[in-house]
Amino acid sequence: MGSSTAHTAADDGAAPVIRLQDAGLAFGDRTLWSGLTLDVAPGEYLAVLGSNGTGKTSFLRVLLGLLPLSHGTVSVNGTRPRAAARGVGYVPQQRGFPARTPLRARDLVAQGVDGHRWGVRLHPRRVHRRVDELLARVGATGYADAPVGLLSGGEQQRLRIAQALAADPTVVLCDEALLSLDLHHQHVVSELVHEQRERTGCSVVFVTHDVNPIIEHVDRILYLANGSFRIGTPDEVLRSDVLSELYGTGIEVLRSNGRILVAGRPDSTHHTDAPEELLP
Amino acid sequence: MITAAIDWNSFVGSVFVFDNYGELLGLLRNSLWAGAVLGLVGGLVGTFVMMRDLAFSVHGIAELSFAGATAALLLGADVVTGSLLGSVLAALVMGFTGLRAREGNSLVGVLMPFGLGLGILFLSLYEGRSSNKFSLLTGQIVSVSSLQLTSMVVLSAVVLVTLVGVWRPLTFASTDPLVARAKGLPVRGLAVVFMVLLGISVALSVQIVGALLVLALLITPAAAAMNLTSSPARTVVLSVLFAELAMVGGILLALGGNIPISPYVTTISFLLWLVSRAVRAVRERSSSYRRTTPHRGASAPLTAGATRVPEETAAADPAPGPGGLEPLKTGDRPGTG
Repeated sequence: MGSSTAHTAADDGAAPVIRLQDAGLAFGDRTLWSGLTLDVAPGEYLAVLGSNGTGKTSFLRVLLGLLPLSHGTVSVNGTRPRAAARGVGYVPQQRGFPARTPLRARDLVAQGVDGHRWGVRLHPRRVHRRVDELLARVGATGYADAPVGLLSGGEQQRLRIAQALAADPTVVLCDEALLSLDLHHQHVVSELVHEQRERTGCSVVFVTHDVNPIIEHVDRILYLANGSFRIGTPDEVLRSDVLSELYGTGIEVLRSNGRILVAGRPDSTHHTDAPEELLP
Repeated sequence: MITAAIDWNSFVGSVFVFDNYGELLGLLRNSLWAGAVLGLVGGLVGTFVMMRDLAFSVHGIAELSFAGATAALLLGADVVTGSLLGSVLAALVMGFTGLRAREGNSLVGVLMPFGLGLGILFLSLYEGRSSNKFSLLTGQIVSVSSLQLTSMVVLSAVVLVTLVGVWRPLTFASTDPLVARAKGLPVRGLAVVFMVLLGISVALSVQIVGALLVLALLITPAAAAMNLTSSPARTVVLSVLFAELAMVGGILLALGGNIPISPYVTTISFLLWLVSRAVRAVRERSSSYRRTTPHRGASAPLTAGATRVPEETAAADPAPGPGGLEPLKTGDRPGTG
C-alpha cells in the first residue's frame, strides 16, 4: 500500500477520466446501487468489490456504455461511455477459446489495434510492428505465433492486456481478470496491470471478488453491498465497523500475513462459489 | 469374381467419362465459371461459418431454401428467386433470434424438418418435369444458362463486396464477441448482416450442389483449412483454394457423364479434409506445435509463499471443499444460511 498515495497526489486537479453523478442502477424494483457520485482521476487505481449480484459487473457495463443508468449521469473521458468505448481498454475474465479458433496470439492483439475498423487490413506491416511492440510490453513475444486455443489462462490474460493497451487507453477496465488463474499468474497479471498504469498513466478500474492480488496497488475501493456502497482508501473501507454498517450485521475484517479476509458476510452465496463467502 | 470385375468396369465407365471432352468443355464453360465463383464465395463465407460455429444453421437454411425453390417451381415462378427468398428468410429468422450456436441450434432443429416437409409437399403437387425435382436436393447435371450465370455472378459480387467491407469487425465479433461488444462494435448488427450473406450463399450453392450437400461447399473446405493453420489469412486462402479444387475439379470430372456433379464435389471436398486431418494429427504428434497440453495451474505451489497456498487454493476452487480455512469458514457458515 506504500505506493498508493503517489498517483492521486500527482494528478490532483486534472479532469476526471470517469465521472458518475448521483448514479443509480435498478432492475425492476431491485436497486443495485443508487446515489453514487464518484470521480476517477487520471492514473488512479479503483477496485470495485462486492459479492455476486451486487452490481459489480453491471457497474463495468455502465462504464462501457452497454447498460444505461436508471438514474443520474455517467461520463467517460468527458463524453458518453458508448462514444468513449474505443479509447477504453477492456480486460475480460479469462475464458478459453475453442481449440480450432483461427487466431494466433498476435492476431488477438491485432484485433485490439484495428479490429474495429471497416474493410480489410491494408497496411499489415504497420499493424504487425505495433503488435510486436505490444507483445514485447507484456512479455508475450515467445508465443506470438501460437494458436490462442493452445494458450494457458495466464498467457491469454497477458494478451488481453496487450490487446487493451492497443487503444492507448486513458482507462483500463478489468472484469474479474484474475479469476481462474493460479496464484502465480494472478500475481504476474496484477503486476503487469500496475506496471502499465505506471508507464502510461492510465486509470484502472478493477472489478474483483478478491482484492488481495491487487491490494498493494489500489488507491481507492468502491465496495458494493446491500443496495448501497462505500468509497474510500482500503484502510477506510476494509474495516469491521464500516462493513458492518454497510451490511447491517456483524462483519469482521481480518488481516493476516498481509491478506485481508472478510468474515460473516450474509450474502446470498447459494448461487456462487466458495470464494464469495470471504473477500477472501 | 468375373461379374464383380464387370460391375467395377461399368462403375468406372459411368463415373469417369471423357468422350468428346474438348467439345463439352466449350459448351459448358458457363458451368465452370459458375463453379469458380461459387468456390470463391463458399471458401470465404465458410471460414466465418466455422468461426461462428454455424454449421447446423447452414444445413437448416439450405432446407428452407429448398422449400422456397419448390414453391417457386409449383407456382411457375423463378426457382432461383424462390430459393433465395426461402434461404434469406430462414437466415434472418435465425439471425434475429439465436445469434450464437447454442441458442440457435434448437431453432434450426425446428425449422429444418418443416422446410424439408414443405419442399416435399410442393414437389409432390408439382406436375412438371421430374428431373427438376431432385436436382434441388442433390444437385443438377451441369447446365448453367448465361442468364443464370449472370444472376449468380451479380449475387456473388454482392456477397463478396459486403464481406470485404465488414471483414475486420466481423472477424472480431465472430472470434471474440465479448470484447468486440465492449469495444463498441455492433455485434448484433454484424450477425444479422452475416446471416443475410450466408442466406444468399446457400441459395447460390443449392443450385449447383443441391440442398442436402451445401455443407460440402460451405463447411468442409474451411474446416480442412483450419486443420492446417491458425493464421487467419492463411485459413482464408486455403479455404478458398480447397473450395475451388472441389467445385471446379468436381465439374471437370462430371462433365462427360450423366451423374450429378454433387458426388464429385463432396468426395473431393471430403478427401481434402481427410488429408488435412491426417496432416494435423502427424503434426500434433511430432509436436511441431508449441505444445499440446496447456500447463494450466501447474506452477502455483512452486512459486507461492507457503503460508498463502492453502487459502488461495480454496478460493480458486469452485467447490466449497475443505481448505486451510477451516476456522474462518465454520465461523462464516451461520451467517450465510
